Amino acid sequence: MAAPSGQPQERLKKVNSICGMCTVRCPIEVHVKDGEAVYIQGSPHHPAMNGSLCPRGGAGLALLHDNERPQGPLIREGKRGEGRWRRATWEEAYTHIADKLTEIVTHYGGRSILYTNRGGPWQDIQKAFVRGLGSPNYTNHDASCARNVMHAAKSFMGMGRKDVTYDLKNAKHVVLQTRNMFEAINVSEVNNLISSLNNGGKLTVIDVRATISASKANNFFLVRPGSDYAFNLALIHTLIKKDLYHKNYVKRIFKDFDKLAAFVEPYSPDWAESETGIPAGRVESLAGQLAEAAPAVIWHPGWHQARYLNSFYVCRTAYIINGLLGSIGAKGGLAITNKAKDVGRKGLKSFVDLLPAPEDQRADGLGWKYKHFDAGPGLLQLQLKAIETEEPYPVKAYICYRHDPLMAMPDPEKIKKILDKLDLLVSITFTWSETANYADVVLPLSTYLERESTLAHKGGLKPYFFVRQRAVQPRFDSKAPWEIYTDLARHLNIEPLARFRSIEEMWAYQLEGTGVEIADFEAKGMVSLTDKPKYRTLDELKFPTPSGKLEVISEKWEKAGLPSLLPYQPLQAPPEGQYRITFGRCALHTQGHTVNNPLLSEVMGENELWINRNEAARLGIGDGEYVEVSNNGQAGQRIKAKVTEAIHPECVFMLHGFGHRLKMESRAFGKGAADQELMIGGLEKWDPAGGAMALQEHFVTVRKLEG
Amino acid sequence: MSRYYLFQDQDNCIGCHSCQIHCKASKSLGVGPLPSQIITVGPKMIHGLPRSAYVFMPCFHCQRPWCVAACPTGAMQKRPSDGIVFVDQSLCVGCKSCMLACPWGAPQWNPETRKVVKCDYCVDRLDQGLLPACVTNCTTKCLHFGQPEEIPNLKRERYARKVSFDREREEEPAPTAPARGWQELGRGGFSRTEAKRERLHGTKLPRKTARKKKSDS
Repeated sequence: MAAPSGQPQERLKKVNSICGMCTVRCPIEVHVKDGEAVYIQGSPHHPAMNGSLCPRGGAGLALLHDNERPQGPLIREGKRGEGRWRRATWEEAYTHIADKLTEIVTHYGGRSILYTNRGGPWQDIQKAFVRGLGSPNYTNHDASCARNVMHAAKSFMGMGRKDVTYDLKNAKHVVLQTRNMFEAINVSEVNNLISSLNNGGKLTVIDVRATISASKANNFFLVRPGSDYAFNLALIHTLIKKDLYHKNYVKRIFKDFDKLAAFVEPYSPDWAESETGIPAGRVESLAGQLAEAAPAVIWHPGWHQARYLNSFYVCRTAYIINGLLGSIGAKGGLAITNKAKDVGRKGLKSFVDLLPAPEDQRADGLGWKYKHFDAGPGLLQLQLKAIETEEPYPVKAYICYRHDPLMAMPDPEKIKKILDKLDLLVSITFTWSETANYADVVLPLSTYLERESTLAHKGGLKPYFFVRQRAVQPRFDSKAPWEIYTDLARHLNIEPLARFRSIEEMWAYQLEGTGVEIADFEAKGMVSLTDKPKYRTLDELKFPTPSGKLEVISEKWEKAGLPSLLPYQPLQAPPEGQYRITFGRCALHTQGHTVNNPLLSEVMGENELWINRNEAARLGIGDGEYVEVSNNGQAGQRIKAKVTEAIHPECVFMLHGFGHRLKMESRAFGKGAADQELMIGGLEKWDPAGGAMALQEHFVTVRKLEG
Repeated sequence: MSRYYLFQDQDNCIGCHSCQIHCKASKSLGVGPLPSQIITVGPKMIHGLPRSAYVFMPCFHCQRPWCVAACPTGAMQKRPSDGIVFVDQSLCVGCKSCMLACPWGAPQWNPETRKVVKCDYCVDRLDQGLLPACVTNCTTKCLHFGQPEEIPNLKRERYARKVSFDREREEEPAPTAPARGWQELGRGGFSRTEAKRERLHGTKLPRKTARKKKSDS
């Protein structure tokens, strides 16, 4: 753009694409010179990006040039996990998978195939593929992520968590409860929140340690780990008792408000003080501040809320607080998300509609045994149970796409034993992972810079279509997902998908009837479906609950024997001499698959165990010293201690994703500790109301290592 | 000093290291050299609120650079047109004199080339009309680059906004700690050594920083 006309610049091509370093998928601009990617920055075409990109995004070229990733299809030769492979051609690998799957399907039916991924905007083609296999067991990673948030949203608003948009830019007060927006970075969200703060908006952080988000907060509540529900009940109590809630809104849009008022009667801030450790006056002050800023308030219901056995109720009360403040549907609050149809446009044509829905019941019991859960993406812990017990039927094949359950789910040793019951385990991946190493076949995915995507739709105040473009050709013998799925469809005779031979055909199919052409994506990598942000008012909206209102009491949950309003019960406290394990994210790493990145591992090569200063003193542990953290002597791991006053004394904290044990990852090997290994028996600990894992219901001991 | 001003608005910095990573990626550097770096100090509790400092350390492009004076080959130079201090790689012999001389550790050792590399404000990009890679990519746009007179006085503007805002409301607990930001932390509540260290991180006293570093090590 700014380049003067000259020889060197003429060869420079700017490719509008989508980052793939984490699951946020920010729009990027890749500079390509003579077929080589030379520079990446945030997209200049999105106002909240304006060229910005987080450090992970900056390490994209380092991922591309890293040789320590699968370089071609691999078929296992040794025992599972032994690491002995035979390099195969794609044809061999496809044939191997197709033969195995056919054998399994003949024996146990299509339903015996499990498929998991990490959600995202490009699920359509994958769902279609799983339908083509004849399996109802399409499942995502969300049991160890946002399932509680999702179900809390559904139980109160009747819609999913993404059907509301956090209008951070216009918010006057944002409350982050466990959500760590300045470390688990979504670039647009960060900038919108910063913009609000610069304009006098307030930030409140509720957490068990002082995160970077907390370091920017106006109010910080260091709550006792696991007491968030008590905090929220006390806040609701105050809003109602002190008449601080939005009365007209509540009168118009709430069902069973009186039941809520009666329920919170005993949960005063004074009562909560002994649970949370937060003085009553501070909760009352926060309620006052929120009422003042209402309805431009966002009490963030959380993202990764697979933490406690009552996390569903923490999220649910967060939504209720937003409701009481009138912020659901408000500018500066939880605005209602628009999809293509909401702005008078036609959405993308889907691949999944090309295939009939499978008739079998899901192996995880969703939709028939657990009727209050959203059956679409399932629950992985229950799928693993099905593999283990062969109930309700045997599950014998498992395909993991960009998903590492041995990293994401608790108790990997137990999971390995379950996986041993499979006849086929396939990993489709662009980095090494424990799951890839345990697989029978590894299909190498091209990195996000080397692959293009099908088209995707993004809902929001201004919905748009977007696409990932291939910036450079693959360095190794890897493929794009659309290539893998259509190739496999041809080997497995899944006709409706087998007919697609090129990405252009697929794009053209998706765009049919939308009035948009693929050439329209050239300039910005996206096509906006409306000019201005649209705030839908409550007149334009009926909540998709049975009553059309925000439901304090949800019949669906009540019918499942789960109270909509759960009487408070304290969680199990750490036994004497033990600490609750807590975990989180940082700006530099994501989900364990960046830990071996040369640039990112240089800045942060290992994780640390945060431990309260007084506790550390009692144990004789100094800052920076190495300790052993273990679950009652089991799964002991070595990790460096970070001694700080900024963490609650009942818990210890570590970043997730470290403690890799694969020799082929030379930079990550043996560095730091893996939180999931400490969660022994964790597959059985999950929230019955929200469906997500309760990953912070585990206790550890910490011991100073000599020498 | 150079004609330019690279200003880090610490209130908006979230210490994500994006500047540091994009700097290296843009210069195609491997493991080792860090032409720019974020140093995090904290968190520590200050009047009941956790605060951290995220201090950005590029090259300051001095008026009379120690490194240029120390360089025996003329590789380390100050560009006459705008005062940018840079290394001519073809002349660098890897003697490390500049690394010894610089009070702030700006010249960095590159083990791949066995020469020095440093922040040159991405002079190639500047000459194409672009901004330094750290500034363009900064996650929160807290880095600002340009001629000093072009950069709006964000500190004054924010202070004005904050003061007006605070008058409107009764805060509880009383807002004794600054809402955000680092520079304002010097107002009491620290031990002497802490206060001193913080002044040093604010880079107001460069000579003392050098001495302090020596005594630390």
